Amino acid sequence: MNRRDFVFDSLRAATGVGLLGLGLSLYSQRAASLPAWALRPPGAQPEEEFNGACIRCGLCVRDCPFDMLHLARLGQDIPTGTPYFIAREAGCEMCEDIPCVAACPSNALDHALTDINKADMGLAIVSDQDACIAFQGQRCEVCFDNCPIRGDAITLETQHHERSGQQALLIPVVHAETCTGCGKCEEACILDEAAIKVLPRHLIQGKRGEHDRLVWERQPARTTYSGNLLDKLNGHSAS
Amino acid sequence: MLRRFNQLGVLFMFLLGPLFGAWLVTGNLSSSMTLDILPLTDPLLLSQSMLSGNWPALTGFVGAGLVLLFYALLGGRVFCAWVCPVNLVTDLAAWLRRRLGIRGGVRISRHLRWWLLGLVLLLPLLTGGMVWEYVNPVSMLHRGLIFGFGWAWLILAAVFLYDLLIVSRGWCGHLCPVGACYAAIGAAAPVHIAAPRRDQCDDCLDCFKVCPEPQVLKPALKGTRLKSDSSHGPVIDSIDCTKCGRCIEVCDQDVFGLALGWVDKDGFVKSNLSGQRPNAEQTKLQH
Repeated sequence: MNRRDFVFDSLRAATGVGLLGLGLSLYSQRAASLPAWALRPPGAQPEEEFNGACIRCGLCVRDCPFDMLHLARLGQDIPTGTPYFIAREAGCEMCEDIPCVAACPSNALDHALTDINKADMGLAIVSDQDACIAFQGQRCEVCFDNCPIRGDAITLETQHHERSGQQALLIPVVHAETCTGCGKCEEACILDEAAIKVLPRHLIQGKRGEHDRLVWERQPARTTYSGNLLDKLNGHSAS
Repeated sequence: MLRRFNQLGVLFMFLLGPLFGAWLVTGNLSSSMTLDILPLTDPLLLSQSMLSGNWPALTGFVGAGLVLLFYALLGGRVFCAWVCPVNLVTDLAAWLRRRLGIRGGVRISRHLRWWLLGLVLLLPLLTGGMVWEYVNPVSMLHRGLIFGFGWAWLILAAVFLYDLLIVSRGWCGHLCPVGACYAAIGAAAPVHIAAPRRDQCDDCLDCFKVCPEPQVLKPALKGTRLKSDSSHGPVIDSIDCTKCGRCIEVCDQDVFGLALGWVDKDGFVKSNLSGQRPNAEQTKLQH
């Protein structure tokens, strides 16, 4: 083979492989997107990092004592070969020893997660107050009762019941700081279609501005000019 | 055939759990855990994971290290011939091709797999995702058998038809980057197929017909008749050799055998271990 053949053979191979790479990359952009109804196991790195880190071995799926994790198959909307669960079908039981994370060889499920209560699989939201029977004045509490950290992640708040005028409404309230997104509430919801759902946190969680402080959380000592002004304003609105 | 037994045996051990509830091995070829104690991880997958910017867990490193060690000693492409489930598909295609007398097809370079291996390693670096795993037939088939296929069988069907009709030995012998990676891993392995009794060769070409990488045979078999003045020893020293042993089995003249030891550039074993007729123990290359 002379030099000319070598150069052109190499260029041919490089072009072919380059085109394939382009196609693969573009396909992977679509193939890597996770639908909101599929949740990752506890400890999963943020979705983009997870997609690069996970080696699709299924050890987490196998080590889950409750068999609620699945590996996505080609043709599903979930990145092929990656683990997921569907809250409505079976939520995470939040094992204290987190066997799925311990089994992960790639650290896609981050081994830094040692306290399951710090897991962040998503965030529950009471997504339909019209459908939720607690808002209609009936006693339900099923989502609250099934929450593994009830009292923290879900609390029942008493509200005045306008229609009856006598009874109280006991409505479920999800707290974003403590909810792990395990999905037991959505799994347990007694409605045909759950009125409480677990979704990826970034889709539903709000965020106050950095400068914004609730007056009752504010540190007492402030001496700056703007601080005094704010004091005045906030004191006004809080009273 | 011992090789089929091993391939199916490995598969069977993985399938024991999902089919019969006997969890000897969990996971799949990407990463597995045997008897809760032996982790094995595909080094290529772990490399991709790391190139995407991830730092794997200890079991991942240990698992990949064990796999590296095993195939570095035994020869990397032993994986292809003795473990890989796709080999069952492509061997079936090759067998059918022979039986049906399908000839010709497209010729592509056997070096393409190295380009593809480069691509496979480059894409995680560029995109941050494990791009190859969206199409990799090797993991698709194994994961499919254990965890369910979805549409993954289409990819295997594509590989089968491509091997049957378009390029002879097209996947394993030309394109598969997983095989290329294992070939590189086992480049210096001290286990070889050799042709110690090559003077008995009667040019029947049976070995060339069954060999999945027939280009590796010529130097070892015809080394004394090469035109150039540099003669080649009887050892098959190409890293492409999958050590499947089909040449040993098919040869009526008992030309082939195993050779143990490090090989110098001329294809001779440095130590004097060459030329032993392999007995049952020696051919037993267990996974």
